[in-house]
Amino acid sequence: MSTQTTSPEVAPVKKAGAWRARLDQLMALIGLLVIFIVFSIADPQVFPTYSTITRILFSTVVVGVLALGATLVIITGGIDLSVGTGMTLCAVMGATFIVNWHLPIWLGILMTIVFGGLIGLVNGANVAILGLPPFIATLAMMMVAQGLALVVSHAAPIYFDTTAHASFMGLSTGSIIPGSNFPNAVLVLLVAAVIAHVLLNKTLLGRYDISIGSNEEATKLSGINTRKWTMIIYAVAGLFTGLGGIMISARLGSAQPATGSGYELQAIAAVVIGGTSLSGGKGTIVGTIIGALIISVINNGLQILSMPQEWQNVILGLVILVVVFIDQLRTRRAATN
Amino acid sequence: MTAVEATATVPKGDPGLLLQVEGVDKSFPGVKALEGMRFDLRHGEVLGLVGENGAGKSTLMKLLTGIYTKETGDFHLDGEPLTASTPKEAQEVGLSIIHQELNLVPHLTVAENIWLGREPVSGGFFTKPGEQVRRTRELLDRLGMHIDAKAVVSTLSVAQQQMVEIAKALSFESTKVLIMDEPTAALNDAEVAQLHELIRRFVTPQTGVVYISHRMAELKRIADRITVIRDGHYIDTMNMADVSIEDVIAKMVGRAINTGARPENVRSDRPIVLQVSGLSTRALLKDVSFELRRGEVLGFAGLMGAGRTEVARAVVGADPITAGDIVLNGNRVTISSPAQAAARGIGYLSEDRKGLGLMLGQPVSHNIVISSLSSQFSRVGFLRDGAIKEASESSKKLLNIKTPSVNQLVKYLSGGNQQKAIIARWLVKDCDILIFDEPTRGIDVGAKEEIYQLLNKLAEQGKSIIMISSELPEILRMSHRIVVMADGRVKGVLTAAEADQESIMRLATHRDDAITPEHTEEAEH
Repeated sequence: MSTQTTSPEVAPVKKAGAWRARLDQLMALIGLLVIFIVFSIADPQVFPTYSTITRILFSTVVVGVLALGATLVIITGGIDLSVGTGMTLCAVMGATFIVNWHLPIWLGILMTIVFGGLIGLVNGANVAILGLPPFIATLAMMMVAQGLALVVSHAAPIYFDTTAHASFMGLSTGSIIPGSNFPNAVLVLLVAAVIAHVLLNKTLLGRYDISIGSNEEATKLSGINTRKWTMIIYAVAGLFTGLGGIMISARLGSAQPATGSGYELQAIAAVVIGGTSLSGGKGTIVGTIIGALIISVINNGLQILSMPQEWQNVILGLVILVVVFIDQLRTRRAATN
Repeated sequence: MTAVEATATVPKGDPGLLLQVEGVDKSFPGVKALEGMRFDLRHGEVLGLVGENGAGKSTLMKLLTGIYTKETGDFHLDGEPLTASTPKEAQEVGLSIIHQELNLVPHLTVAENIWLGREPVSGGFFTKPGEQVRRTRELLDRLGMHIDAKAVVSTLSVAQQQMVEIAKALSFESTKVLIMDEPTAALNDAEVAQLHELIRRFVTPQTGVVYISHRMAELKRIADRITVIRDGHYIDTMNMADVSIEDVIAKMVGRAINTGARPENVRSDRPIVLQVSGLSTRALLKDVSFELRRGEVLGFAGLMGAGRTEVARAVVGADPITAGDIVLNGNRVTISSPAQAAARGIGYLSEDRKGLGLMLGQPVSHNIVISSLSSQFSRVGFLRDGAIKEASESSKKLLNIKTPSVNQLVKYLSGGNQQKAIIARWLVKDCDILIFDEPTRGIDVGAKEEIYQLLNKLAEQGKSIIMISSELPEILRMSHRIVVMADGRVKGVLTAAEADQESIMRLATHRDDAITPEHTEEAEH
């Protein structure tokens, strides 16, 4: 060992810890503002107004709620393709509980959210116990949920009663802020986001979530029951799917069994645009909400500019490409430093 | 050094030598892997190449095939400069390497593997599977291998896969030099004999073989000369007929470094905290038994693949066991997951620090508290951020972890400080039994010293430590007793007084000759 060169132990001082995550959020936020300003310049009469902004926020709710759960799953390094049709199945179940079974509205809502949790638990078990790749496990669930929604509803929409269930629909379109027409749905999203943020940052669940995504084997060897926690995380993500089901049927006044597919991709897009890494171990709720807002602003902005629906998708696709590419560039630069 | 300078100064090699390696240097950050390395291979000979784990053999092979780039030095093949920059280029000029880890595509057939990248094609596009199979059969027949050319590689035994690997190397008509890195690690004696027969048939006055192995008895049988390297340096080359195995081992371990301090107090009077008996796994371990006493450092020595890491993983429940009892503080226990091991106070520090130890993208504090989050740092599921910060800071101070902040991402720390963070993880968890797998791998000398002192202190405090290490001086210096393993079995347990590098290497390179291990078992029953 005498010939070995002794390099002095110098801890390289790189200010690359917590504030890099904050920078990521900042970038997304700046992106959101830039897109907003561009649309405002394009249509200064309509775009930067209270009613447009409210509409944008309102249209963010369903995708936003789904994206919260998707964030938790994606941070483990997994993916959840079942949130879209899972939401539809939850909506159908909720309508069944409340309209067909005449359960109290609060109980129906609670049971729907729990049902969403069960969908997530099955996903989690398939991933953690059967060892299926998350993509496959949740792809299968996506198809199962799509089919079950049609089976349970006999392929027909279930309508809520405008008088008996007014308070249910008020959850979305009503306003508890006196003297305003600010929709409750946005407040629901806000509360859900705060809960998700606390879960991710202040609880064991969040810490294990990040740890599993960062290095599952190391987490397991550290004495964490990673199977159990993976299941819990998917189940908790499923609760948000259940809430998504409530929010969409409250908005529509009905449960539409044939819809829902496509929402999972929007939710995943929101998560990714928000800076959460698809390889896991890194992500924030604030980022996800900003990502969902970016999607909403683009969709609404293009509508206001009378851009056809097809082109909205094209542009959204390009935005995802650019955002993820920039994120990868940053990661690569960080890796080579 | 630039490529232009390198080519301008390359002298002609000695055409009388088949492969000539001269003055090769290679360093990695913090470590000088090779310094002035040299050896030569004559036409028509088998040259044994030996050295301890980490002596630089693998680095040398990777330099020869262009996987790494050398800093200084020359390679000559038949007197011509050898400048391969990929393994394929090396093969085309006549140098084939069979690595210790097999490089076959498991889902392809034998024929497809052998001709991968050189498939016979018609019209420059369409493969000709029939032609490929025909050529493969010719090749296998010529080599006397009884393997189906159409068999899917994953269905073959490891020994057969090894044979396919060799057939692949010999399928290059131009192969003049065959380098084999531990080719017999997975073979039984009959298969070893078959391999040696192949080697003898391959060697002609135009060709030669470099045979890297730890198995002295085999080298004695197959090699004409033997070159010893140690710590990245060339030591000596001898005629195999003139030397004894003891001479070679003495040169491998080097007497100069055999002066380290030894642990003083023998711990034989202390209570046994962990008793493992008859531990076996499907893949490798057979009837492994040992006991660990309170305050003891129990060293695990052996060559790569001997099964030391597998013992650790089996004990903490990371891999399933097929037989064996674990008695912890007098109680028989079943440990089927690392979570259960941690709950019982057994912590395992993996040899693969980055792959299996750290959450690299997370802060130092996360890496320290992860194992104790649920027991110490949370209340009804909510994290106690203050307590986490406090524990991380005090660990940082206690272990002298050099980092600007415990919020720093652990990937920015040096290897030694990363290791300290993982040690801190298990100290915070307050484990009584700590299993350190290669605790100083890739760590510079200063930090190594700190980790040795830390281990000593922990043992003083009554912690029981299993230390797996491939560095014999380290094993000798730290261990109260040493378990030596080979081929998944315990070959002997030495006390600190009995152990020296020679006695350990003799046990570690020992092979049950004449009959295969399976037969031994049957004979005993």
